[in-house]
Amino acid sequence: MSTIALDRYRQNYLNISYTAKSWLLSTDHKRIGILYMISITLFFFLGGIAAVLFRLELLTPQADLVKAETYNKLFTLHGVIMVWFFLIPSIPSVLGNFLIPLMIGAREVAFPRLNLVSWYLFMLGGLFTFVVLITGGVDTGWTFYTPYSSSFSNSAVVATIFGVFITGFSSIFTGLNFIVTIHKLRAPGMKWSRLPLFIWSHYATSLILVLATPVLAITLGLIAIERVFGVGIFDPALGGDPVLFEHFFWFYSHPAVYIMILPGMGVTSEIIAAFTRRRIFGYTFVAMASLAIAIIGFLVWGHHIFVGGQSAYASAVFSGLSYMVAIPSAVKVFNWTATLYKGSISFDTPMLYALGFIWLFTIGGLTGLFVASLAIDVHVHDTYFVIAHFHYIMVGASVMAYLGGIHYWWPKLSGRMYPEGWGRAAALLIFFGFNLTFFPQFLLGYMGMPRRYHVYAEEFQVLNVMSTAGASILAVGYLLPLAYLLWSLRTGSIAIASPWGASGLEWQTGSPPPMENFEEIPIVTEEAYTYRPESS
Amino acid sequence: MAEARAPTLDRPELPELDQESISLGMWIFLASEVMFFGALFAAYIIYRNAYPQVFAEASRHLNVWIGGVNTGLLLTSSLTVALAVNAAQLGKRKLLIAFLLLTIVLGLIFLGLKGLEYSQEFEENLFPGRNFIYPGPEPEKARLFFSLYFTMTGLHALHMLAGLLTFSIIVLLAWRKKITQENYISVELAGLFWHFVDIVWIFLFPLLYLIGRT
Repeated sequence: MSTIALDRYRQNYLNISYTAKSWLLSTDHKRIGILYMISITLFFFLGGIAAVLFRLELLTPQADLVKAETYNKLFTLHGVIMVWFFLIPSIPSVLGNFLIPLMIGAREVAFPRLNLVSWYLFMLGGLFTFVVLITGGVDTGWTFYTPYSSSFSNSAVVATIFGVFITGFSSIFTGLNFIVTIHKLRAPGMKWSRLPLFIWSHYATSLILVLATPVLAITLGLIAIERVFGVGIFDPALGGDPVLFEHFFWFYSHPAVYIMILPGMGVTSEIIAAFTRRRIFGYTFVAMASLAIAIIGFLVWGHHIFVGGQSAYASAVFSGLSYMVAIPSAVKVFNWTATLYKGSISFDTPMLYALGFIWLFTIGGLTGLFVASLAIDVHVHDTYFVIAHFHYIMVGASVMAYLGGIHYWWPKLSGRMYPEGWGRAAALLIFFGFNLTFFPQFLLGYMGMPRRYHVYAEEFQVLNVMSTAGASILAVGYLLPLAYLLWSLRTGSIAIASPWGASGLEWQTGSPPPMENFEEIPIVTEEAYTYRPESS
Repeated sequence: MAEARAPTLDRPELPELDQESISLGMWIFLASEVMFFGALFAAYIIYRNAYPQVFAEASRHLNVWIGGVNTGLLLTSSLTVALAVNAAQLGKRKLLIAFLLLTIVLGLIFLGLKGLEYSQEFEENLFPGRNFIYPGPEPEKARLFFSLYFTMTGLHALHMLAGLLTFSIIVLLAWRKKITQENYISVELAGLFWHFVDIVWIFLFPLLYLIGRT
């Protein structure tokens, strides 16, 4: 095996053909994963530029960089791009596409051509939306709340909705592809109880992608109909109910948060096992927790509407259900921590990211309980407390996991090692920058600074300056991996098949893998994460 | 090793998916479709609960005869699709083409009648656009009913168009003898989709047409 892996001239999925056509028309799941990686990196930095601009604006209490309308369009651009064109596709479409067939011992996903169609739909929706956001702009916020979005906003709402709508199909097809792949293409002996936890979390994610995305599609469709025909489905003046929109929107968008975090949990499980050299403590519980999060996640959307005119009884039920999500989430955190206990821990870059993930996810999760309780939510609703809470989950945790995964599987993706020193430095810088950016926002929110304004009261300035300073560090932290990972493509040392000595079928084939993934389909005879000798 | 394989992107050894996997994919897609229409049904139920009298009154402006005939047509077309799938399984090519053509004709009559119904409603100014005029009480709320009616039946009609297009392609393929007993799965998938579209109508018809006529 190792002699094959060291042969840099071996045929693999990267060197088999270099033409543009061989990439743009490829039905290979690995190449499609790379296409997604390039596209979402582009969107990430586009959305990031908007964030840099409004963080600069918030450096001072007065308006000095942009007008109120421009500010509204900036945070909407940031939200729309980051949610639908970076976070939702991030881990599933890049790492999931690349790794799911490799991890279950398959040669492809179930529907390779549909997979390519998904990428084209994603790009079509993404570029369309981006052009709209740049040329016209939307000022509704990424949540498109009615009746503002349906009756009052003069910006390009319908066009933006159309772009998001198209991209929804990409989500649905990707989820569908993963579910069938995991059900039907597992290698002989790869029982459900032997699946890596990365697969379990992607299975749970796919269920949400398939069942929640269509509700968003129809909800956005109704706004478009309302704007075009002047009907009043969500307009109280015409008998409609704007709260119904909030229910529909969050029926998708709350589960969508789990689309963003569950794959990150899967990545973290893989990394923790590899760098403690232990089987994940309570494997079954961690696997089932993914499904529990996906299922309960469908029942908690009402906690976004505590102050929106929902009945007190409904609010109490939604609050209780929201607390229930904390149980499987905590099961995961406790089990990762228990895995660390007496493990042979090494602090390579992916492990730093995974530990950062646990740290930030815990803070984000615990503050989630604050906002899920009825009374506190009334106080912190629509403040920076909420902004800080969900950025800890969606940016802190998810992006940490994404970068951790990119580093961990970089040898497999590219066939090269990244520079370890730079990797660790960037991981620490991102962790520090992130906390400096968002921790002050908890305080700001608790003190009452409302979200979505470009001016604020004088007393909030110190914390805002800290936040902006953190954002600049974070920006450098995000640019570093882009630079050294690209650099490593030419100069990194050649990766062997299994540079981390980790378990898992993806490490049993070459780095990068051959076009057909495995020369022979492997036969699985043992559980996931079997490390010998098992640490005491 | 590398020498054993010509470096090409065509990979004939891709997993030959069994038919079970392909239909699993279709069922998942249909689950997604259920959620898609489900949201609309939820909106309808909520507003009907809020304004029961207005919705009942507005419902009487729909042409129940066309709706009824269309229900019959669509149910019959589900039968002809089932027979077409059976014919494909047995490899009876001409029978397959005949049943599919029959289905297409039934579907087209449905859409024709639906178009006629829409044009009547346009003439009575019931389309909830800018020229909406409603003779009964509480026109704004009635307008909600018609908004939902046009959205739901319109989306249903779009789904029918997609189904009919698929059937036409299958007829063309069958004509060229590309559909065999071994790959009849495409007929079955299109059939599943058609039955789904049919079931949506089974819910739409009583909710929109019959509910105010007790």
